[in-house]
Amino acid sequence: MGTVQGYMYPNEMELQWSILIVLYPFITGLVAGAFILASLERVFNVHVVKPTYRLALLTALAFLLVAPLPLQLHLGHPERSFEMYLTPHTTSAMAMFGFVYLWYLMVVLVLEIWLDYRRDLVLAWKASRGIMRAFYVVLTLGSDNISPGALAVDDKFGRFITIIGIPSAFLLHGYVGFIFGSIKANPWWSTPLMPIVFLFSAIVSGIALVMLTYMGLSKLTRRTIDIPCVDTISRYLMYAFIVDFSLELVDLIHRIYEADESFKALDFMVHTRLYTSQIVLQMLVGTVLPIAMLATPQLVQMPAKWRLRIYAVAGCLTLVGIFAMRWNVVIGGQLFSKSFLGYTTYKLQFATREGLGASIALLLLPFAILAALVRLLPPWPDESWKNA
Amino acid sequence: MHRVPHAARAEAVGDAVTETGRREFLLQTGRLLILSGAASAAWDAVVAGEPSRSPNYAVSEHWWAMVIDVEKCIGCGSCVRACKAENNVPLEPYYFRTWVERYIVDPEDPEHPIVDSPNGAYDGFPERSVKRANIKTFFVPKLCNHCSHSPCTQVCPVGATFESPDGVVLIDKERCLGCRYCVQACPYGCRFIDPRTSTADKCTLCYHRLTKGLLPACVEVCPVGARQIGNLKDPNDPMHEYLRTHKVQVLKPQMATGAKNYYNGLDGSVR
Repeated sequence: MGTVQGYMYPNEMELQWSILIVLYPFITGLVAGAFILASLERVFNVHVVKPTYRLALLTALAFLLVAPLPLQLHLGHPERSFEMYLTPHTTSAMAMFGFVYLWYLMVVLVLEIWLDYRRDLVLAWKASRGIMRAFYVVLTLGSDNISPGALAVDDKFGRFITIIGIPSAFLLHGYVGFIFGSIKANPWWSTPLMPIVFLFSAIVSGIALVMLTYMGLSKLTRRTIDIPCVDTISRYLMYAFIVDFSLELVDLIHRIYEADESFKALDFMVHTRLYTSQIVLQMLVGTVLPIAMLATPQLVQMPAKWRLRIYAVAGCLTLVGIFAMRWNVVIGGQLFSKSFLGYTTYKLQFATREGLGASIALLLLPFAILAALVRLLPPWPDESWKNA
Repeated sequence: MHRVPHAARAEAVGDAVTETGRREFLLQTGRLLILSGAASAAWDAVVAGEPSRSPNYAVSEHWWAMVIDVEKCIGCGSCVRACKAENNVPLEPYYFRTWVERYIVDPEDPEHPIVDSPNGAYDGFPERSVKRANIKTFFVPKLCNHCSHSPCTQVCPVGATFESPDGVVLIDKERCLGCRYCVQACPYGCRFIDPRTSTADKCTLCYHRLTKGLLPACVEVCPVGARQIGNLKDPNDPMHEYLRTHKVQVLKPQMATGAKNYYNGLDGSVR
């Protein structure tokens, strides 16, 4: 129960959505963003980012597998969640989650990864023994046709899937924004810009994550980092970030200028309870600073070593900023009363079902999945099964 | 005559048999699936049991609405106590199907009223002296508005909360996931999650009483008649006359939720 200031409706004393619901848009955002980065290479022919193509897809998959877990953990009756598939309520944005999720997971991501890896899987099948051999046979679905003709079909179909994948990624995260943006009862959430802001922040966070993962993984496995690739990614990150920040500023300016009945309450909140997370973490440390850092190598010539350091720090700050943005939306939207007469606080606990401990575990889990995926499906295009 | 070699003929016959077998199999499986689906739906109805009977209540002949007379309410909190007792609402604070707010308003600054509702007015209100002159004070009872375009039912992912044909917003607790989306969507703060069942809860207009011809508990116990319930489908219901002759307002009309709690004497400062 928070510390209440002013008047809140009695039922509002308890915060409904916890840090787990902050994780949900954060994680799905990373998925959508990682996929968009992958499609840069595939659809928009930005070949210089090819070294990250497979890693981006695997990252998207690892995070997508974890995306529904915070929701499940949050539900009062997780055992009933399957009802969303069986008896979906068609006017509910949330009911569509299952379908959007399944579409994205099965039709887009898994299919695209499978098509891209099919040749490697067949080579691995032929080169391995015992259980691993059986495993790869299952993954190839028993087909070992890797003739140039078959691979050309794979490639064509894969490109088609990516093209479908881009609007799907937009749908996935735009939809998450809609979940909040469509709640007219809550002026902090209710804006048609919400899905678009969510989308661009998703792209930003996904690109940053893949860039960091690529750099980290290269360091861990003692591979050389492809500098032009990282330079390009960082440039796209900066462009996406500028668009994202501009959209958020448009929203902010609009709210300040319009100053409707909710404005005083929201303004008060931003200046007090959300000051650290909104102004300091999200806007200054998590947006302005990384944009400035990413812009520096564009303006000043510097050695690659320095550029990489800048990208690493800027990438981390970006993730902090986007996480803070999700936090400010989800938690911030519950800190004021719908009477606009009072405010409460959110007390984050550690060892509870919806506490910080569970959240940290949920944020680490995708990296564990990614580590397993990278072992099974090496993302380094030129090295995989080279002994096959 | 063109002769088919023996082996080839046998294979062709074999294929035909297999083909027929497959078709049969698919048909049978299809039938089985359809029938088992129907059977499971029927079984659901069997185990669900009969709804509790209210033989004299015809859903289609009712459309419930409430009138709340702000000028009559004395803030005694009887309604809050009656509601909690009748509906087994958790007694600890912060769970209310109905509550009463006290407003202290400077008429020249209606945007900044002083509002309180200690324990939802379960114990009434402690006296509060305001030193300034020229202020107005009044009590505002609140409860679910049973909106006819209710944002809470719109967002429920499984349709566990719904508008009944007689105009009451209800919750099926056997279906509710406890996702709390409806709590977020209600502009009036009328919903909460019952900590005992982890499902959404709110005012039902005492539906179990209404359908037996009884009044909701809060209406029944109000000592001053500040709460009235009416059936707008009944042309003889006195509520028609009341609404015609009084200047009533719903809460937050800008939300366009089709709220059906009509407040008489509602001050513009009320949120």
